[in-house]
Amino acid sequence: MTGALWQLFFEGLWITIQLMVYSAALAAAVAFGIGLARTSRFWIVRFLSGVYVEFFRGTSALVLMFWLFFALPLLGWQLVGIWAGTLALGLSYGAYGSEIVRGALQAVAPAQREAAIALSFTPWQRLRKVLLPQAVPEMMPPFNNLLIELLKGTALASLLSIGELTFQAKLARLSTGQSAEIYGIILVLYFAVAFVMTRIMRVLERRAKASVGRAVPKGEGWFSRKLPVEKQGPEALATGGKP
Amino acid sequence: MPQILQGLWITIQATIYGSLVSFALGLVWAMALRSPTRWVTWPVSVFVEFIRNTPLLVQLFFLFFVLPGWGLTFAPLTTGVIGLGLHYSTYTSEVYRAGIDGVPPGQWEAATALNLPRRRTWIAVILPQAFRRVVPALGNYVIAMFKDTPLLAGITVADMLFQANSISATTFDYLEPITVVGILFVVISYPTSLLLRALERRLVR
Repeated sequence: MTGALWQLFFEGLWITIQLMVYSAALAAAVAFGIGLARTSRFWIVRFLSGVYVEFFRGTSALVLMFWLFFALPLLGWQLVGIWAGTLALGLSYGAYGSEIVRGALQAVAPAQREAAIALSFTPWQRLRKVLLPQAVPEMMPPFNNLLIELLKGTALASLLSIGELTFQAKLARLSTGQSAEIYGIILVLYFAVAFVMTRIMRVLERRAKASVGRAVPKGEGWFSRKLPVEKQGPEALATGGKP
Repeated sequence: MPQILQGLWITIQATIYGSLVSFALGLVWAMALRSPTRWVTWPVSVFVEFIRNTPLLVQLFFLFFVLPGWGLTFAPLTTGVIGLGLHYSTYTSEVYRAGIDGVPPGQWEAATALNLPRRRTWIAVILPQAFRRVVPALGNYVIAMFKDTPLLAGITVADMLFQANSISATTFDYLEPITVVGILFVVISYPTSLLLRALERRLVR
Protein backbone atom coordinates (compact mmCIF):
# COMPACT_ATOMS: atom_id res chain seq x y z
CA MET A 1 0.00 0.00 0.00
CA THR A 2 1.55 3.27 -1.09
CA GLY A 3 0.90 6.79 0.14
CA ALA A 4 -0.92 7.71 -3.05
CA LEU A 5 -3.33 4.86 -2.49
CA TRP A 6 -4.07 6.01 1.04
CA GLN A 7 -4.66 9.50 -0.26
CA LEU A 8 -7.17 8.05 -2.73
CA PHE A 9 -8.96 6.33 0.15
CA PHE A 10 -9.11 9.42 2.31
CA GLU A 11 -10.48 11.50 -0.54
CA GLY A 12 -13.14 8.85 -0.98
CA LEU A 13 -13.82 8.74 2.74
CA TRP A 14 -14.33 12.50 2.75
CA ILE A 15 -16.91 12.28 -0.04
CA THR A 16 -18.61 9.39 1.74
CA ILE A 17 -18.91 11.49 4.88
CA GLN A 18 -20.23 14.47 2.93
CA LEU A 19 -22.77 12.27 1.22
CA MET A 20 -23.81 10.85 4.57
CA VAL A 21 -24.20 14.26 6.21
CA TYR A 22 -26.21 15.75 3.33
CA SER A 23 -28.52 12.80 2.98
CA ALA A 24 -28.94 12.49 6.75
CA ALA A 25 -30.01 16.14 6.86
CA LEU A 26 -32.50 15.60 4.04
CA ALA A 27 -33.71 12.36 5.60
CA ALA A 28 -34.24 14.06 8.96
CA ALA A 29 -36.28 16.82 7.32
CA VAL A 30 -38.36 14.27 5.40
CA ALA A 31 -38.74 12.09 8.49
CA PHE A 32 -40.13 14.88 10.65
CA GLY A 33 -42.22 16.36 7.85
CA ILE A 34 -43.84 13.10 6.82
CA GLY A 35 -43.93 11.71 10.35
CA LEU A 36 -45.90 14.72 11.56
CA ALA A 37 -48.10 14.67 8.47
CA ARG A 38 -49.06 11.10 9.30
CA THR A 39 -50.51 12.22 12.61
CA SER A 40 -52.46 15.03 10.95
CA ARG A 41 -56.14 15.69 11.63
CA PHE A 42 -56.97 15.71 7.91
CA TRP A 43 -57.37 12.34 6.27
CA ILE A 44 -56.04 13.53 2.93
CA VAL A 45 -52.73 14.60 4.50
CA ARG A 46 -52.46 11.28 6.34
CA PHE A 47 -53.31 9.40 3.16
CA LEU A 48 -50.82 11.20 0.93
CA SER A 49 -48.00 10.91 3.44
CA GLY A 50 -48.88 7.23 3.82
CA VAL A 51 -48.59 6.77 0.08
CA TYR A 52 -45.20 8.46 0.17
CA VAL A 53 -43.94 6.16 2.91
CA GLU A 54 -45.21 2.96 1.32
CA PHE A 55 -43.82 3.90 -2.06
CA PHE A 56 -40.34 4.83 -0.91
CA ARG A 57 -40.11 1.94 1.50
CA GLY A 58 -41.44 -0.44 -1.11
CA THR A 59 -38.88 0.26 -3.77
CA SER A 60 -35.15 -0.29 -3.74
CA ALA A 61 -32.88 2.64 -2.85
CA LEU A 62 -30.45 1.66 -5.57
CA VAL A 63 -33.13 1.55 -8.24
CA LEU A 64 -34.34 4.95 -7.08
CA MET A 65 -30.81 6.26 -7.34
CA PHE A 66 -30.45 4.90 -10.86
CA TRP A 67 -33.78 6.40 -11.78
CA LEU A 68 -32.78 9.85 -10.51
CA PHE A 69 -29.43 9.68 -12.22
CA PHE A 70 -30.23 8.04 -15.56
CA ALA A 71 -33.95 8.46 -16.13
CA LEU A 72 -34.58 11.95 -14.79
CA PRO A 73 -32.34 13.61 -17.42
CA LEU A 74 -34.75 12.30 -20.07
CA LEU A 75 -37.46 14.33 -18.36
CA GLY A 76 -35.22 17.37 -18.63
CA TRP A 77 -33.32 17.41 -15.33
CA GLN A 78 -29.70 16.45 -15.09
CA LEU A 79 -28.47 16.01 -11.53
CA VAL A 80 -24.83 16.00 -10.53
CA GLY A 81 -23.95 12.53 -9.22
CA ILE A 82 -23.61 13.48 -5.58
CA TRP A 83 -27.01 15.21 -5.58
CA ALA A 84 -28.70 12.25 -7.21
CA GLY A 85 -27.17 10.11 -4.46
CA THR A 86 -28.18 12.53 -1.71
CA LEU A 87 -31.72 12.83 -3.03
CA ALA A 88 -32.22 9.07 -3.39
CA LEU A 89 -30.80 8.27 0.04
CA GLY A 90 -32.52 11.18 1.77
CA LEU A 91 -35.93 10.42 0.27
CA SER A 92 -35.88 6.69 0.93
CA TYR A 93 -34.27 6.71 4.39
CA GLY A 94 -36.51 9.65 5.27
CA ALA A 95 -39.47 7.37 4.63
CA TYR A 96 -38.09 4.86 7.14
CA GLY A 97 -37.35 7.68 9.56
CA SER A 98 -40.88 9.04 9.33
CA GLU A 99 -42.16 5.78 10.78
CA ILE A 100 -39.80 6.24 13.72
CA VAL A 101 -41.10 9.77 14.27
CA ARG A 102 -44.70 8.63 14.03
CA GLY A 103 -44.14 5.69 16.37
CA ALA A 104 -42.40 7.84 18.96
CA LEU A 105 -45.12 10.51 18.82
CA GLN A 106 -47.81 7.90 19.28
CA ALA A 107 -45.88 6.39 22.18
CA VAL A 108 -46.19 9.58 24.23
CA ALA A 109 -48.73 8.88 26.97
CA PRO A 110 -52.19 10.04 25.83
CA ALA A 111 -52.70 11.84 29.14
CA GLN A 112 -49.89 14.21 28.18
CA ARG A 113 -51.76 15.23 25.06
CA GLU A 114 -54.98 15.62 27.00
CA ALA A 115 -53.26 17.69 29.67
CA ALA A 116 -51.90 19.99 26.99
CA ILE A 117 -55.40 20.36 25.51
CA ALA A 118 -56.78 21.07 28.98
CA LEU A 119 -54.20 23.84 29.36
CA SER A 120 -55.56 25.17 26.04
CA PHE A 121 -52.25 24.93 24.22
CA THR A 122 -52.50 25.45 20.50
CA PRO A 123 -51.69 22.33 18.43
CA TRP A 124 -48.32 23.83 17.59
CA GLN A 125 -47.47 24.55 21.22
CA ARG A 126 -48.65 21.08 22.14
CA LEU A 127 -46.27 19.57 19.64
CA ARG A 128 -43.31 21.76 20.45
CA LYS A 129 -43.57 21.90 24.23
CA VAL A 130 -45.11 18.59 25.22
CA LEU A 131 -44.97 15.92 22.54
CA LEU A 132 -41.61 16.41 20.83
CA PRO A 133 -39.48 16.79 23.98
CA GLN A 134 -40.81 13.44 25.15
CA ALA A 135 -40.75 11.73 21.77
CA VAL A 136 -37.24 12.76 20.68
CA PRO A 137 -35.34 10.67 23.28
CA GLU A 138 -37.41 7.68 22.17
CA MET A 139 -36.37 8.27 18.58
CA MET A 140 -32.65 8.30 19.23
CA PRO A 141 -31.82 4.57 19.26
CA PRO A 142 -33.74 3.75 16.06
CA PHE A 143 -32.32 6.87 14.41
CA ASN A 144 -28.88 5.63 15.33
CA ASN A 145 -29.56 2.38 13.49
CA LEU A 146 -30.96 4.24 10.54
CA LEU A 147 -27.88 6.45 10.36
CA ILE A 148 -25.68 3.37 10.12
CA GLU A 149 -27.97 2.02 7.40
CA LEU A 150 -27.59 5.34 5.62
CA LEU A 151 -23.81 5.22 5.90
CA LYS A 152 -23.88 1.77 4.34
CA GLY A 153 -26.25 3.07 1.70
CA THR A 154 -23.70 5.65 0.55
CA ALA A 155 -21.71 2.77 -0.96
CA LEU A 156 -24.47 2.46 -3.56
CA ALA A 157 -23.42 5.82 -4.95
CA SER A 158 -20.25 4.18 -6.25
CA LEU A 159 -22.37 2.59 -8.97
CA LEU A 160 -23.14 6.11 -10.25
CA SER A 161 -19.37 6.72 -10.50
CA ILE A 162 -19.35 9.18 -7.61
CA GLY A 163 -15.84 9.16 -6.23
CA GLU A 164 -16.70 7.97 -2.73
CA LEU A 165 -14.92 5.31 -0.77
CA THR A 166 -16.22 2.24 -2.59
CA PHE A 167 -15.59 3.80 -5.98
CA GLN A 168 -12.05 4.79 -5.02
CA ALA A 169 -11.50 1.22 -3.86
CA LYS A 170 -12.61 0.02 -7.28
CA LEU A 171 -10.05 2.32 -8.92
CA ALA A 172 -7.35 1.15 -6.53
CA ARG A 173 -8.19 -2.45 -7.28
CA LEU A 174 -8.00 -1.90 -11.00
CA SER A 175 -4.56 -0.34 -10.70
CA THR A 176 -3.01 -2.76 -8.19
CA GLY A 177 -5.07 -5.93 -8.37
CA GLN A 178 -4.82 -6.46 -4.60
CA SER A 179 -8.51 -7.17 -4.03
CA ALA A 180 -8.35 -8.70 -0.57
CA GLU A 181 -6.25 -5.93 0.97
CA ILE A 182 -8.15 -3.09 -0.62
CA TYR A 183 -11.65 -4.29 0.14
CA GLY A 184 -10.50 -5.39 3.57
CA ILE A 185 -9.19 -1.92 4.32
CA ILE A 186 -12.29 -0.08 3.22
CA LEU A 187 -14.52 -2.46 5.16
CA VAL A 188 -12.51 -1.51 8.23
CA LEU A 189 -12.82 2.18 7.33
CA TYR A 190 -16.59 1.90 7.04
CA PHE A 191 -16.71 0.07 10.31
CA ALA A 192 -14.63 2.77 11.98
CA VAL A 193 -16.98 5.51 10.78
CA ALA A 194 -20.03 3.52 11.87
CA PHE A 195 -18.46 2.90 15.26
CA VAL A 196 -17.76 6.59 15.81
CA MET A 197 -21.28 7.52 14.70
CA THR A 198 -22.81 5.02 17.12
CA ARG A 199 -20.82 6.40 20.04
CA ILE A 200 -21.80 9.98 19.17
CA MET A 201 -25.46 9.00 18.89
CA ARG A 202 -25.34 7.23 22.26
CA VAL A 203 -23.97 10.36 23.89
CA LEU A 204 -26.77 12.37 22.28
CA GLU A 205 -29.31 9.81 23.43
CA ARG A 206 -28.01 9.99 26.96
CA ARG A 207 -28.26 13.78 26.92
CA ALA A 208 -31.74 13.77 25.44
CA LYS A 209 -32.92 11.29 28.06
CA ALA A 210 -31.28 13.22 30.87
CA SER A 211 -32.93 16.43 29.68
CA VAL A 212 -36.40 14.98 30.29
CA GLY A 213 -35.30 13.43 33.57
CA ARG A 214 -35.38 9.86 32.27
CA ALA A 215 -33.11 7.21 33.73
CA VAL A 216 -30.03 6.66 31.62
CA PRO A 217 -29.10 3.05 30.86
CA LYS A 218 -25.54 2.43 31.90
CA GLY A 219 -22.93 -0.24 31.66
CA GLU A 220 -23.30 -1.17 28.01
CA GLY A 221 -20.18 -2.76 26.60
CA TRP A 222 -18.49 -1.56 23.46
CA PHE A 223 -20.09 -4.34 21.48
CA SER A 224 -23.30 -4.35 23.46
CA ARG A 225 -26.15 -6.17 21.77
CA LYS A 226 -28.69 -4.86 24.24
CA LEU A 227 -30.01 -1.82 22.41
CA PRO A 228 -33.03 -2.33 20.19
CA VAL A 229 -31.44 -2.91 16.84
CA GLU A 230 -34.29 -3.87 14.54
CA LYS A 231 -33.42 -2.86 11.01
CA GLN A 232 -37.03 -1.95 10.48
CA GLY A 233 -37.61 -0.41 13.86
CA PRO A 234 -40.65 1.41 12.50
CA GLU A 235 -42.43 -1.86 11.76
CA ALA A 236 -41.84 -2.99 15.30
CA LEU A 237 -43.00 0.36 16.65
CA ALA A 238 -46.08 0.43 14.49
CA THR A 239 -47.13 -3.05 15.49
CA GLY A 240 -46.66 -2.55 19.19
CA GLY A 241 -43.31 -4.28 19.34
CA LYS A 242 -42.03 -1.38 21.40
CA PRO A 243 -39.88 -2.37 24.36
CA MET B 1 -40.25 -6.60 -20.71
CA PRO B 2 -39.58 -10.37 -21.02
CA GLN B 3 -35.96 -9.60 -20.29
CA ILE B 4 -36.91 -7.77 -17.10
CA LEU B 5 -39.17 -10.64 -16.07
CA GLN B 6 -36.22 -12.95 -16.54
CA GLY B 7 -34.31 -10.65 -14.21
CA LEU B 8 -37.21 -10.77 -11.77
CA TRP B 9 -36.89 -14.55 -11.62
CA ILE B 10 -33.18 -14.24 -10.77
CA THR B 11 -34.04 -11.59 -8.18
CA ILE B 12 -36.59 -13.90 -6.58
CA GLN B 13 -34.19 -16.82 -6.59
CA ALA B 14 -31.49 -14.72 -4.94
CA THR B 15 -33.99 -13.61 -2.31
CA ILE B 16 -35.17 -17.12 -1.53
CA TYR B 17 -31.72 -18.71 -1.31
CA GLY B 18 -30.32 -15.71 0.52
CA SER B 19 -33.16 -15.91 3.05
CA LEU B 20 -32.58 -19.58 3.69
CA VAL B 21 -28.87 -18.99 4.27
CA SER B 22 -29.56 -16.06 6.58
CA PHE B 23 -32.22 -17.94 8.57
CA ALA B 24 -29.82 -20.81 9.22
CA LEU B 25 -26.72 -18.73 9.94
CA GLY B 26 -28.68 -16.26 12.07
CA LEU B 27 -29.81 -19.07 14.34
CA VAL B 28 -26.21 -20.22 14.64
CA TRP B 29 -25.05 -16.73 15.68
CA ALA B 30 -27.95 -16.29 18.10
CA MET B 31 -27.22 -19.58 19.84
CA ALA B 32 -23.47 -19.00 19.83
CA LEU B 33 -24.03 -15.60 21.46
CA ARG B 34 -25.81 -17.33 24.34
CA SER B 35 -22.92 -19.67 24.92
CA PRO B 36 -21.47 -19.55 28.43
CA THR B 37 -17.90 -19.43 27.09
CA ARG B 38 -16.48 -16.01 26.32
CA TRP B 39 -14.20 -17.58 23.72
CA VAL B 40 -17.29 -18.24 21.64
CA THR B 41 -19.34 -15.11 22.34
CA TRP B 42 -16.57 -12.60 21.85
CA PRO B 43 -15.40 -13.50 18.34
CA VAL B 44 -18.98 -14.03 17.19
CA SER B 45 -20.19 -10.70 18.51
CA VAL B 46 -17.25 -8.85 16.96
CA PHE B 47 -17.88 -10.61 13.65
CA VAL B 48 -21.62 -9.90 13.72
CA GLU B 49 -21.02 -6.28 14.67
CA PHE B 50 -18.49 -5.88 11.87
CA ILE B 51 -20.77 -7.32 9.20
CA ARG B 52 -23.72 -5.25 10.37
CA ASN B 53 -21.81 -2.00 10.25
CA THR B 54 -20.22 -2.30 6.84
CA PRO B 55 -21.94 -1.93 3.46
CA LEU B 56 -23.38 -4.98 1.78
CA LEU B 57 -22.12 -3.74 -1.58
CA VAL B 58 -18.51 -3.69 -0.39
CA GLN B 59 -18.95 -7.14 1.16
CA LEU B 60 -20.24 -8.40 -2.17
CA PHE B 61 -17.25 -6.91 -3.98
CA PHE B 62 -14.96 -8.43 -1.38
CA LEU B 63 -16.41 -11.90 -1.92
CA PHE B 64 -16.62 -11.52 -5.67
CA PHE B 65 -13.02 -10.47 -6.16
CA VAL B 66 -11.34 -12.28 -3.29
CA LEU B 67 -12.87 -15.76 -3.24
CA PRO B 68 -11.47 -16.72 -6.67
CA GLY B 69 -8.06 -15.64 -5.41
CA TRP B 70 -8.44 -18.19 -2.62
CA GLY B 71 -9.23 -20.85 -5.16
CA LEU B 72 -13.01 -20.72 -4.63
CA THR B 73 -14.70 -19.91 -7.89
CA PHE B 74 -18.48 -19.60 -7.82
CA ALA B 75 -21.09 -18.34 -10.23
CA PRO B 76 -21.95 -14.67 -9.56
CA LEU B 77 -25.39 -15.68 -8.25
CA THR B 78 -23.84 -18.05 -5.71
CA THR B 79 -21.44 -15.36 -4.53
CA GLY B 80 -24.40 -12.99 -4.24
CA VAL B 81 -26.39 -15.49 -2.22
CA ILE B 82 -23.46 -16.03 0.13
CA GLY B 83 -23.07 -12.28 0.55
CA LEU B 84 -26.76 -11.57 1.08
CA GLY B 85 -27.14 -14.55 3.41
CA LEU B 86 -24.13 -13.61 5.50
CA HIS B 87 -25.11 -9.96 5.73
CA TYR B 88 -28.71 -10.60 6.67
CA SER B 89 -27.81 -13.41 9.07
CA THR B 90 -26.44 -10.73 11.39
CA TYR B 91 -29.88 -9.13 11.39
CA THR B 92 -31.84 -12.33 11.75
CA SER B 93 -29.63 -13.33 14.68
CA GLU B 94 -31.02 -10.27 16.44
CA VAL B 95 -34.54 -11.42 15.65
CA TYR B 96 -33.86 -14.87 17.09
CA ARG B 97 -32.31 -13.27 20.15
CA ALA B 98 -35.46 -11.26 20.75
CA GLY B 99 -37.57 -14.35 20.12
CA ILE B 100 -35.54 -16.45 22.54
CA ASP B 101 -35.56 -13.69 25.16
CA GLY B 102 -39.32 -13.59 24.79
CA VAL B 103 -39.70 -17.16 26.02
CA PRO B 104 -40.68 -16.90 29.69
CA PRO B 105 -37.78 -17.75 32.05
CA GLY B 106 -40.06 -20.26 33.76
CA GLN B 107 -39.72 -22.46 30.70
CA TRP B 108 -35.95 -22.70 31.20
CA GLU B 109 -36.45 -23.42 34.85
CA ALA B 110 -39.04 -26.08 34.11
CA ALA B 111 -36.63 -27.74 31.68
CA THR B 112 -33.94 -27.72 34.35
CA ALA B 113 -36.41 -29.14 36.88
CA LEU B 114 -37.25 -31.94 34.47
CA ASN B 115 -33.54 -32.57 34.14
CA LEU B 116 -33.68 -32.19 30.36
CA PRO B 117 -30.29 -32.13 28.68
CA ARG B 118 -29.29 -28.80 27.16
CA ARG B 119 -29.91 -29.90 23.60
CA ARG B 120 -33.37 -31.25 24.34
CA THR B 121 -34.20 -28.00 26.15
CA TRP B 122 -33.38 -26.03 23.03
CA ILE B 123 -35.08 -28.32 20.54
CA ALA B 124 -38.16 -29.36 22.47
CA VAL B 125 -38.88 -26.37 24.69
CA ILE B 126 -37.29 -23.08 23.71
CA LEU B 127 -37.10 -23.01 19.92
CA PRO B 128 -40.70 -24.07 19.18
CA GLN B 129 -41.93 -21.21 21.35
CA ALA B 130 -39.43 -18.74 19.92
CA PHE B 131 -40.25 -19.52 16.29
CA ARG B 132 -43.83 -18.32 16.53
CA ARG B 133 -42.61 -14.90 17.53
CA VAL B 134 -39.87 -14.58 14.96
CA VAL B 135 -41.75 -15.46 11.79
CA PRO B 136 -43.14 -11.97 11.03
CA ALA B 137 -39.86 -10.24 11.86
CA LEU B 138 -37.96 -12.66 9.63
CA GLY B 139 -40.44 -11.85 6.89
CA ASN B 140 -39.53 -8.19 7.16
CA TYR B 141 -35.94 -9.07 6.45
CA VAL B 142 -36.95 -11.12 3.44
CA ILE B 143 -38.58 -7.99 2.04
CA ALA B 144 -35.54 -5.91 2.93
CA MET B 145 -33.33 -8.45 1.20
CA PHE B 146 -35.57 -8.44 -1.87
CA LYS B 147 -35.04 -4.69 -2.09
CA ASP B 148 -31.28 -5.13 -1.72
CA THR B 149 -30.93 -7.64 -4.56
CA PRO B 150 -30.27 -4.90 -7.17
CA LEU B 151 -26.83 -4.62 -5.56
CA LEU B 152 -26.09 -7.97 -7.13
CA ALA B 153 -26.10 -6.22 -10.50
CA GLY B 154 -22.79 -4.76 -9.31
CA ILE B 155 -21.26 -8.23 -9.36
CA THR B 156 -22.74 -9.13 -12.77
CA VAL B 157 -25.72 -11.15 -11.55
CA ALA B 158 -28.36 -10.80 -14.27
CA ASP B 159 -31.08 -9.49 -11.94
CA MET B 160 -33.76 -6.92 -12.80
CA LEU B 161 -31.54 -3.88 -12.56
CA PHE B 162 -28.84 -5.54 -14.61
CA GLN B 163 -31.38 -6.38 -17.32
CA ALA B 164 -32.78 -2.86 -17.24
CA ASN B 165 -29.27 -1.49 -17.66
CA SER B 166 -28.49 -3.73 -20.57
CA ILE B 167 -31.76 -2.78 -22.29
CA SER B 168 -30.90 0.88 -21.74
CA ALA B 169 -27.44 0.36 -23.15
CA THR B 170 -28.85 -0.89 -26.44
CA THR B 171 -31.92 1.33 -26.81
CA PHE B 172 -30.63 4.49 -25.06
CA ASP B 173 -33.94 4.57 -23.25
CA TYR B 174 -33.26 4.77 -19.54
CA LEU B 175 -36.60 6.10 -18.40
CA GLU B 176 -38.82 3.15 -19.19
CA PRO B 177 -36.79 0.11 -18.03
CA ILE B 178 -35.71 1.64 -14.73
CA THR B 179 -39.19 2.95 -14.01
CA VAL B 180 -40.64 -0.48 -14.69
CA VAL B 181 -38.12 -2.07 -12.33
CA GLY B 182 -38.83 0.45 -9.57
CA ILE B 183 -42.56 -0.10 -9.87
CA LEU B 184 -42.17 -3.89 -9.88
CA PHE B 185 -40.38 -3.61 -6.55
CA VAL B 186 -43.26 -1.66 -5.03
CA VAL B 187 -45.85 -3.95 -6.58
CA ILE B 188 -44.24 -7.00 -5.01
CA SER B 189 -42.98 -5.73 -1.69
CA TYR B 190 -46.01 -3.73 -0.59
CA PRO B 191 -48.60 -6.54 -0.71
CA THR B 192 -46.07 -8.85 0.91
CA SER B 193 -45.62 -6.48 3.80
CA LEU B 194 -49.42 -6.21 4.18
CA LEU B 195 -49.59 -9.99 4.34
CA LEU B 196 -46.87 -10.05 6.96
CA ARG B 197 -48.70 -7.52 9.09
CA ALA B 198 -51.80 -9.70 8.96
CA LEU B 199 -49.70 -12.72 9.88
CA GLU B 200 -48.10 -10.80 12.72
CA ARG B 201 -51.50 -9.90 14.16
CA ARG B 202 -52.41 -13.54 14.11
CA LEU B 203 -49.20 -15.04 15.50
CA VAL B 204 -48.09 -12.49 18.06
CA ARG B 205 -50.37 -11.29 20.75
